[in-house]
Amino acid sequence: MQHLIPEFDKLKRRYPAGFESSLVLPCLRRIQEDRGYVASEDIDGLVDYLGVPRIQIEEVLSFYGQFRRKPIGRCHVQACRNISCSLLGAERILDHLKERLGIAPGETTPDGRFTLSTVECLAACGTAPVLMVNDTYHESMTPEKVDALLRSVP
Amino acid sequence: MANAKLLMTFPVTATSHTLAEYRARGGYGALEKVVRQMTPQQVVTEVTASGIQGRGGAAFPMGRKWGVVHPNDGQPHYLCANADEGEPGTFKDRWILEFAPHLLLESMLIASYALQVRNAFVYIRGEFDGPYRRLAGALEEAYEAGYFGEHVLGTDFACDLVIYRGAGSYVCGEASALITSIEGKRGYPRNRPPRLTVRGLYQKPTVINNVETLSNIAWIINNGGEAFKKVGHAKDPGTRLISISGHVARPGVYEIEIGHPFARFIHEDCGGVIGGRALKGVIPGGISTKVLTGKEIEPLTLDNPSLASAGSSMGSGGMIVIAEGTCMVRLLQVLLRFYHHESCGQCTPCREGMGWLHRIIDRIVAGEGRPEDIERLYQISKWNDGTTICGMGDAAGYATSGILNKFRDEFEYWIEHKRSRFDGTLECPRSS
Repeated sequence: MQHLIPEFDKLKRRYPAGFESSLVLPCLRRIQEDRGYVASEDIDGLVDYLGVPRIQIEEVLSFYGQFRRKPIGRCHVQACRNISCSLLGAERILDHLKERLGIAPGETTPDGRFTLSTVECLAACGTAPVLMVNDTYHESMTPEKVDALLRSVP
Repeated sequence: MANAKLLMTFPVTATSHTLAEYRARGGYGALEKVVRQMTPQQVVTEVTASGIQGRGGAAFPMGRKWGVVHPNDGQPHYLCANADEGEPGTFKDRWILEFAPHLLLESMLIASYALQVRNAFVYIRGEFDGPYRRLAGALEEAYEAGYFGEHVLGTDFACDLVIYRGAGSYVCGEASALITSIEGKRGYPRNRPPRLTVRGLYQKPTVINNVETLSNIAWIINNGGEAFKKVGHAKDPGTRLISISGHVARPGVYEIEIGHPFARFIHEDCGGVIGGRALKGVIPGGISTKVLTGKEIEPLTLDNPSLASAGSSMGSGGMIVIAEGTCMVRLLQVLLRFYHHESCGQCTPCREGMGWLHRIIDRIVAGEGRPEDIERLYQISKWNDGTTICGMGDAAGYATSGILNKFRDEFEYWIEHKRSRFDGTLECPRSS
């Protein structure tokens, strides 16, 4: 994470004095964006940089659903299965994904291309069912659209 | 004023969210008026006179929340917009973030002026990448135009705003959990008192308002609190953004005047149930509000007093339509899995109770339900009511007892016959 410190310095200037602790989440988000996950050495670096207790960073990492401690596939497919999506076929979409990728939620394909996850409501209920692929929402999904999406991943 | 529109007042185009077009619609005029002609106290008085209630779910009067913050008490005050939209079925704030980001920013500037806030925040859920980019772009435009920073519009009023991104946690939509999250910690809700307006972010007075609630401020300043009060319901003024989804022909975000007839909204404005099926039920305001049957909604109007008379509420405006033939046992299973997953684990009744509820409903669906399970679901719901730091424990109980009260026969049927009374699916295909 050392190469990100100039960016963190810039970020820090946007916060009032005494808000160092607030930088834990944005810094972890940036580290994960950069490395794909948060490694132990990143935690060490952040403890030194922000002066917050290590336990605080560990707690944050284990609490928030979006943080990862291990690498995942290049394409992270997250399927919403909350109520509005389920009412319009999310369960069928998830079954289709499991079958096409040959993996269960929480797993990564052996070639490292895809990781499949389930996720709770993404606030895209009007265009259900929805998938989040890396950072992008794919809405009103059908099995055909899922196939086209999977084919488009290198 | 029939079907007044206060927020969705313009056609959405590829550029309607930009500063140039917002200004062409009169945008930032309210801010000009405030910083040049009004005192902070006058702004608070105007907003209080409007009678506006919170749009995030709790319907707390905005003026009363603001009234707690003492001007000139010698300590910093903070303002935070709650854009952690995560109540299942709710996607109306996303409309503002994507299509009217400057409306939110201008309203937050006015609120900051009124509450003497130097540093304001928008807490936006981590999954909202597109809405974040829109809002961040708008903020950059606003800074360049001199609406933020050291001398707003050349005056002595100074305000900076940070967009703080969450990282995947439902409970952070609860105001005190949101604050703890901005402090860079686990999103654990806090006990009240002290109220957040007394001791909030880093123990300083903090006002947290929902995105939609805040976005009404520009209109209130432009037109006056009394004019706002004339819109909607006498006891619940203004309009509401309703996001409607599920088995409905025309899902999406609609702005309705509060007090609009419920049945007309579903059957006419939104095209009724898909495939022309009968309406089994509606969850009116996010899954934490009690479900209403198709028959129950007929005499109701879309306002809190009317929905309260039927034991429910407008909640967060996330309406979910359920067609006849949908299995309510499976539906409750989805809701309980969600609550179990999202319990932060701080309070025993919620941490354990959500797990028990989830395991019991899973057992029923697996065909291993016991006759006493229905009473157990009720009892655990009751144990949660009022015994947890935040409202999530109560909400899960309301959702559970709300469904059991009205569809108990479906649970009894599944326990007895080890299968759904219907085909057991939740899906109602668009093409049917």
